[in-house]
Amino acid sequence: MGKGGSQLKLDGDGKPLWLVLELTYRCPLKCPWCNNPLDYDEIRNELTTDEWKRVLRDARKIGSLQLGFSGGEPMLRPDLEELVEEGDKLGYYTNLITSGMGLTKERLIELKRCGLKQIQLSLQHSNKKKNDVMVGVESFDEKMSVIEEIKSQGFPVVLNVPLSRYNVDAVDDIIDMAARTGVEYIEFANIQYYNWALLNRAALLPTIEQIEYAEERVNRARERLGKSLTIYFVVPDYFDGRPKACMNGWGAIHLTIAPDGSALPCQEAQVLDGVEFPNVRDHDLGWIWHQSPAFEMYRGNSWMKKPCVDCDEKEKDFGGCRCQAYLLTGDATNTDPACSKSRHFDIIQSAVEAARINQMPQMPLVMRSRGAINGKMKLIKP
Amino acid sequence: MTSSNAPFALNERPEINPVFLFRWEEQEQAYLLLYPEGIIKLNDSAGNILKLCDGERTIETIVAELKVLFGNDNIEGDVYNFMEVAHGKGWITAKA
Repeated sequence: MGKGGSQLKLDGDGKPLWLVLELTYRCPLKCPWCNNPLDYDEIRNELTTDEWKRVLRDARKIGSLQLGFSGGEPMLRPDLEELVEEGDKLGYYTNLITSGMGLTKERLIELKRCGLKQIQLSLQHSNKKKNDVMVGVESFDEKMSVIEEIKSQGFPVVLNVPLSRYNVDAVDDIIDMAARTGVEYIEFANIQYYNWALLNRAALLPTIEQIEYAEERVNRARERLGKSLTIYFVVPDYFDGRPKACMNGWGAIHLTIAPDGSALPCQEAQVLDGVEFPNVRDHDLGWIWHQSPAFEMYRGNSWMKKPCVDCDEKEKDFGGCRCQAYLLTGDATNTDPACSKSRHFDIIQSAVEAARINQMPQMPLVMRSRGAINGKMKLIKP
Repeated sequence: MTSSNAPFALNERPEINPVFLFRWEEQEQAYLLLYPEGIIKLNDSAGNILKLCDGERTIETIVAELKVLFGNDNIEGDVYNFMEVAHGKGWITAKA
């Protein structure tokens, strides 16, 4: 009767435990930190209902357990309920990751009936005006009534708050609002800088003092609220010199399917030029996960160079994030520059330093919208 | 911070916190607890205890059934220890 075993976590054992379906890149919001590709509007051939169902069945066969319906805004898919029902029937823990836009009472009731287990709802600020400006669309009132409706339908809620220098001041109020409405979890996720967020990094990246302030408020709230509200605070990798164990390693436990059926080891992976990601329309998912060149590319540590290859933390952080290495150093096999052992660490340090210097209140943000930037223009490399 | 040390009374009926999904997973040959941010794979004894936390059975009944299941009369302490841990982690609650 050992009780220690009860706390065993799954290490994946080579299975894609976490499956995320990005049902669409369409979204009514214009968040300037969106992690969808910069050329999202050029991807139109979304998988059909039957194709998504096949993905669900095939992923269960290779061990997927947690299922996230994401986007874009997944509520824009009228077949969401049908897919949730299929996922639940197959034994997944079904999560909906949504802005809340379009999440009507009728659809909530139907989603409940179809077996949806949990909802992750994004919120940007406790102040209506600030929230709406940040996402470029009037949405605050709708989000507030959606939270209440979700709670009255009895779903557990994770409130997802992407932290930037535009909402550090809202931490306390958001926590109070969550506690009042019976939300179970808040995730303050410091924005990770890819795609739209990277484009807007100079405006979004908080100072270290702002992050310390936010974390201190979170710790106070944890003491005050105890078990009734679980607050996650995702520490940003820019500030402590240690890279994140991105996706728990490439092709280790996470599988994302993009709207057009591209299979990805993480949601950002399409930023890697020259990697051909296999599509579920053309290939068997078991082959994609276990054998395809794209999923083998950075799996394990045989791809590593110095200093990663000699590092005693390589099993802990897997050299950090391949996408960040590529975006900031031009080579995905480099050490993540968020690591203080990287010879490119100065790139991160200078961004952090610039955040202190750039106190310009009206740094322009490029809102996520069609045609806002040209994602196809490539710099000519020297 | 937590009230995890509050022991269950013998006549209380523990149940799985509805935030968690508890079920058998054939591929893992184990009971799992699935919840919004994660997956917990339970060992055999933990799984068998939680299986009985259905909001119907009292602690007294659960212990009696487990004694039969494990063929061991001296398991009460272990069961209570596990339940305290499970309660502390928010996996189970006493049904009102």
